[in-house]
Amino acid sequence: MSGLNQSSSELGRPALQRLGLSRPGRALWIAAAVAGAAALLAGCGERPPVEPVQLGYRGTGMETVYNPRMVASLYEAQQLPSVTPAASPEGPRASEVYQNVKVLGNLSVGEFTRVMLAMTAWVAPPDQACSYCHGADMADESKYQYQTARKMLEMTLHTNAQWKSHVGSTGVTCYTCHAGRPVPQYAWYTAPPEQPNGLMATNAMQNRPELSVRLTSLPYDPFTPFLLDKQEIRMAGNTALPTGNRQSIKQTEWTYGLMMHFSNSLGVSCLYCHNSRAFANWEESPPQRTTAWHGIRMVRDLNVNYLLPLTDIQPKNQLGPTGDIAKINCSTCHRGVYKPLFGKGMLKDYPELSGAYPPAPPAPPADGAPVDGVPADAASGDAVPGSPQPGGEPPTTAQAKAPARLAQLPAN
Amino acid sequence: MPEYQNLFTRVQVHGPAYAGVPVGGAAWPRFGKARFSYWLGKIGDAQVGPFYLGWTGLASVIAGIIAIEIIGLNMWASVNWDPIEFVRQLPWLALEPPAPGYGLSIPPLQEGGWWLMAGFFLTLSIILWWVRLYRRSRALGLGTHVPWAFASAIFLYLVLGLIRPVMMGSWSEAVPFGIFPHLDWTAAFSLRYGNLFYNPFHALSIVFLYGSCLLFAMHGATILAVGRYGGDREVEQIVDRGTASERAALFWRWTMGFNATMESIHRWAWWFAVLTTLTGAIGILLTGTVVDNWYLWAVKHGVAPMYPTVWPTPAVDPLTLPGAQP
Repeated sequence: MSGLNQSSSELGRPALQRLGLSRPGRALWIAAAVAGAAALLAGCGERPPVEPVQLGYRGTGMETVYNPRMVASLYEAQQLPSVTPAASPEGPRASEVYQNVKVLGNLSVGEFTRVMLAMTAWVAPPDQACSYCHGADMADESKYQYQTARKMLEMTLHTNAQWKSHVGSTGVTCYTCHAGRPVPQYAWYTAPPEQPNGLMATNAMQNRPELSVRLTSLPYDPFTPFLLDKQEIRMAGNTALPTGNRQSIKQTEWTYGLMMHFSNSLGVSCLYCHNSRAFANWEESPPQRTTAWHGIRMVRDLNVNYLLPLTDIQPKNQLGPTGDIAKINCSTCHRGVYKPLFGKGMLKDYPELSGAYPPAPPAPPADGAPVDGVPADAASGDAVPGSPQPGGEPPTTAQAKAPARLAQLPAN
Repeated sequence: MPEYQNLFTRVQVHGPAYAGVPVGGAAWPRFGKARFSYWLGKIGDAQVGPFYLGWTGLASVIAGIIAIEIIGLNMWASVNWDPIEFVRQLPWLALEPPAPGYGLSIPPLQEGGWWLMAGFFLTLSIILWWVRLYRRSRALGLGTHVPWAFASAIFLYLVLGLIRPVMMGSWSEAVPFGIFPHLDWTAAFSLRYGNLFYNPFHALSIVFLYGSCLLFAMHGATILAVGRYGGDREVEQIVDRGTASERAALFWRWTMGFNATMESIHRWAWWFAVLTTLTGAIGILLTGTVVDNWYLWAVKHGVAPMYPTVWPTPAVDPLTLPGAQP
């Protein structure tokens, strides 16, 4: 019974006192614990509160979490530059007045000059302006920047005309990626092959803390096989039981690495494009996945047909460790945002870059209504293909939401 | 006045060093003198040693050291023998299994040969340690519950690294040795095979894992709670009335209408722990060999519910559209 009495008398005493700590000792312990917890939390880099956004049916975990402070700083960094007033489409064509105009020659001189000045503001270093690309003779092709800019203009026109499945009516301009820099902030080079260290094991191009895959241990160059080559991205089987799908777990890790890049580039979780329970399943996926699918093909097309041909004219210090040119991935345009520049397109202000200019008569609008219960972003079709564009007129928002879009995908 | 309490105690009570009961059948004598550690006494018995290693223990330790050396030196080589980078990047570093192209053949050292060798020595070490546990149990006249529980964990390990890769015909299906890499492997495994969430044996394993935690918490709390009546000396009290043991039983009978006994609670705990790894191993074993996509398997058997779509136009696989190219 003595044990009982003693224990009962213990109950009223504070826990720390029962630990045998004196009052100053206790204060020290509590201060150390608070400081330790604060130090641990500081390592997270983000502080609450955060804002979850519902992306799908309730209760299925379909959401993405935004940190409003980080979104605010991204938003601030992705403001549009000022737009100069539109130029008159009347008058002689640029190709008739200027020499050696191989792109945009069908614009009026006013429109052509306006685009050139806009490019200067979007891309060239301010202290060099026109001379960044041009010599004393404006028709002189000798600068590599001149040739690169011409190819990039072709790429922009091609993207806006042929890749509406990804860029929609929002389109792209030089500013989408360059944002005032001569070389876009985000680009990628092929990783050099691993150097064998004697007889020691190689790392299978993974297991390094690399930002390309958001510090996971996944393969750190998921771009070369998927955004340059056409390696198979899909790995899950289409049948419940094995029917010959031989995709391996190691291949899955490459796909996983690419998906980490997607997520990181767009500032979204997996669930922006995938449903929460069966990533491979299309029927239950958000429509953004279709947009992303076309994005992969678009980036592959642009890298192979527009960037690679420029490799030889680039100065050596612009090339990567394997002598390759800097190439496009999702980050190049998206820069951490689900839609580049938060979906505020500049193509409407610079229709000269649409790839189908001057415009033809507009197409009849298609029908398509948003559905309740879906966040505006999820339902918005700005970055998904619009209705058919025979004349190249930018579609209205309603047109962009046309459900008929899937039947109108370009065969690329 | 000195007090003795569970877990937090200011005084340590121990007798003179005790060598333990004499047992026959030991190949080697116990070695080392008994010492007392104040800090170990905080969490357990303060007496350390004498030890018994035996040839199985010694061989197990040697094989284990070889495995860890192979893994660690290959990791170190991958940062070009830089000791600082080795420490900084350690969570990312790994020894990878061979590429899928090698199948079940023996690859060159650089391409997975070291992985195969590390796996062999690690398996050898674990199996030898199991033999040691079994023989020490027998030598002390105990049941063999501990080695068989360990065997359940070993089975999961063997399924992951040996049995399933052999059934799949490729070493590449096995787990890399590494901290983050084995976690990324786990996520990739689930992605490749259509979400392990829908694997019923995975679900069972989680039930037993969480159940083990619950039982451990209930039992630990119960015994500590009756510690003031000497409940930690439970064996002496089982047959008596009004003891700590009976109060512990009454507590659960009053709060949830049913109580385990001092014996059965340990059977509950043993089976939950053993079934965690056993069912988990079965789930891994069936993945890829018998079932290729667990989500579709769950749909086929009416396990996965269908949810309404909320998008104006549900996504359609672009590859299924006319004229689509991969």
